[in-house]
Amino acid sequence: MTILIKNGRLIDPGNNIDGVYDILTEGAKISRVAKKISGSADNMIDASGKIVMPGIVDMHVHLREPGREDKETIVTGTRAALKGGVTSLLAMPNTQPAIDCAENIKGLKRIIDKSAAVNVLICAAITIGRNGKELSGIARLKKEGVSAISDDGASVDDEQLMSEAMKIAAREGLLVISHCEDKALASGGVVNLGAISTMLGLRGISRESEYRRVERDLRLAKKSRARLHIAHVSCKQSVELIARAKAEGVKVTAEAAPHHLLLTEDELLGFDTNLKMNPPLRSREDRDALKEGLINGVIDVIASDHAPHTENEKAIEFERAEFGVIGLETELAATITGLLKSGSMDWPLLAAKLSLNPSKILGIDKGALGVGMDADIIVISADTEWAVEKDGFVSKSKNSAFLGKRLSGVVEYTIVNGNLAYRNPGHA
Amino acid sequence: MPVAWTRKDLLGLRELSREEIGLILSTAESFKEVSTREIKKVPALRGRTVVNMFYEPSTRTRVSFEIAAKRLSADVINIASETSSVRKGETLIDTGKNIEALKVDIIVVRHNYSGAAAMLARNLRASVINAGDGWHEHPTQALLDMFTLKEKLGRIEGLNVSIVGDIAHSRVARSNIWGLTKLGARVMVCAPKMLIPAAIEEMGVKATDDIDEALSNADAVNVLRMQFERDGESAFPRQLEYFKKFGITRERLEKAKKDIIVMHPGPLNRGIEIASDIADGGNSVILEQVTNGIAVRMAALFLVAQANENITHDNID
Repeated sequence: MTILIKNGRLIDPGNNIDGVYDILTEGAKISRVAKKISGSADNMIDASGKIVMPGIVDMHVHLREPGREDKETIVTGTRAALKGGVTSLLAMPNTQPAIDCAENIKGLKRIIDKSAAVNVLICAAITIGRNGKELSGIARLKKEGVSAISDDGASVDDEQLMSEAMKIAAREGLLVISHCEDKALASGGVVNLGAISTMLGLRGISRESEYRRVERDLRLAKKSRARLHIAHVSCKQSVELIARAKAEGVKVTAEAAPHHLLLTEDELLGFDTNLKMNPPLRSREDRDALKEGLINGVIDVIASDHAPHTENEKAIEFERAEFGVIGLETELAATITGLLKSGSMDWPLLAAKLSLNPSKILGIDKGALGVGMDADIIVISADTEWAVEKDGFVSKSKNSAFLGKRLSGVVEYTIVNGNLAYRNPGHA
Repeated sequence: MPVAWTRKDLLGLRELSREEIGLILSTAESFKEVSTREIKKVPALRGRTVVNMFYEPSTRTRVSFEIAAKRLSADVINIASETSSVRKGETLIDTGKNIEALKVDIIVVRHNYSGAAAMLARNLRASVINAGDGWHEHPTQALLDMFTLKEKLGRIEGLNVSIVGDIAHSRVARSNIWGLTKLGARVMVCAPKMLIPAAIEEMGVKATDDIDEALSNADAVNVLRMQFERDGESAFPRQLEYFKKFGITRERLEKAKKDIIVMHPGPLNRGIEIASDIADGGNSVILEQVTNGIAVRMAALFLVAQANENITHDNID
């Protein structure tokens, strides 16, 4: 199949391109990028007035399959991804069973091969059952082709064990993703510890419970020379610690989620359980530090931490409701609205955070639009506004932190490995 | 311009304006007299149904709401559940919708989880009055505290009010802080350091762990119940220690303003947070608080019912 996208504003920070170009795909690859490409193709897309950029690579997604198909499946999750402009994603291992051995990886791969609409990369567990007690066979997981290891949703409390995991990961050249949370310090909290937790009469989660663990894992990464990626950074102190470690040459990268970059704990005064996630929404000061870190390069990646939960798990008392929000279908529009339109960053930087940087961290031929690269491309109407409503989601779950908000930016076409996989049904 | 009450629910004092709080207090004033009549009843809520839905054990608040509703001629049903909805399996929203389906006008809810009343209110057309949710708010308690203060001292503005006790876990403290600061009082909270919640100053109060400082300039002190009973037998030495450091005693009050008002939301722990002679003494207004609770709750029931009726009428028009 060939696809020719004409007259769009091409954003390709990997090749320093920001201008009107035509782009042609043949088979699964990009075959030509030029000011003008004449002739025809199987699919012709007129992208006049639209943004053309590499598909989003979302490093932090919970697809819930196998085990919790009531929340999300690989079919629904990857179709939600298509709608959100996400062409590759890293699936987190906290499924039932956890992705902690070759057999479970093979099982997951079978489902992916059968039903995934986008590229699904696998993140395997650091410890067996994600229990933090015994290491999974990291070398063997690497052989099975996993892209990273993480006990996401939990942190490995045992420092000795985490240190050992990093040593093996360093030897194997495998990325370690750390969910930084000292549960003992988080002390059963449900929102950020501070004035808002006090006003709401809810237990607070201290910033310390995050940054102490960031501090530890940076120290272990420095010693082991492992490649470490810090998941969902939420507070100012973590940003500062990561900045310092980077300056010292530690091989660390970091991500922030759109909800942490754009929302604050102030929105929680109505006890909306769709704003309950872990780590929690923090203060304005933290949000500003995250934004600044994103702009100055301390934070490399925007990732959704897409965490679907059923309405039954959310329409209950705040303290009992599950932690987590969905994000695949809103991360692009939320960041266009909150970071780009507000003037915090430009298109090339946004495309780098959403696509180029995560591709580099995961070591995949994506995130750029050069000849020979994988043909994962999205076409966006950046100025089209839409209201975030429950009924609009493709995801099986509706627990979005942006419900009721108006966002700017709609994906018109999503091309995955050279296939026109999604076309905006509302498009004339 | 007189302010109108337009809210279908009373969930907390944080979201209310100074004028709205004033309106509840002045409405309560006009209802107070009803309880002194030989026939203690007015027809204001005749034909309306009020359900008291209590997920935590409570006698005083529940009875106070029940009497308030009956003196307004409403029909009252009490649903008490020692176990929370969690154990019963039905969700709180489902329970609320079932009660609403019985064509109930007002649900008064007491719940062990913060935010429970707000959740119910969002999901129901019936009015919801928060009778205490977790550590969050207990608006009618704070309103009756303020009503009593105003009755005794003629004003709230400019008063120094200290709240002493387990601030961290107290919905009474939070509602009092919102209400008093909105009406222009200066509020100080006093507790052992570990019972002062994070960033409490951002609610517009001063915090101290020195009881003498809290009492030194206070026009009124609101003494909170200390909940040591969860700790069983081992609580006793800590109770004594608490009384030594924070108990409201004659010696301490001698150093305070002579006419300091002593309040307590009840039930009392004599000899733990307050000495018996103080609880029963001339500075105490504890039983007057209980009496005033009826008028304040009559006002709350009346205002939300009226507002909800207007909302419904608007919809029909």
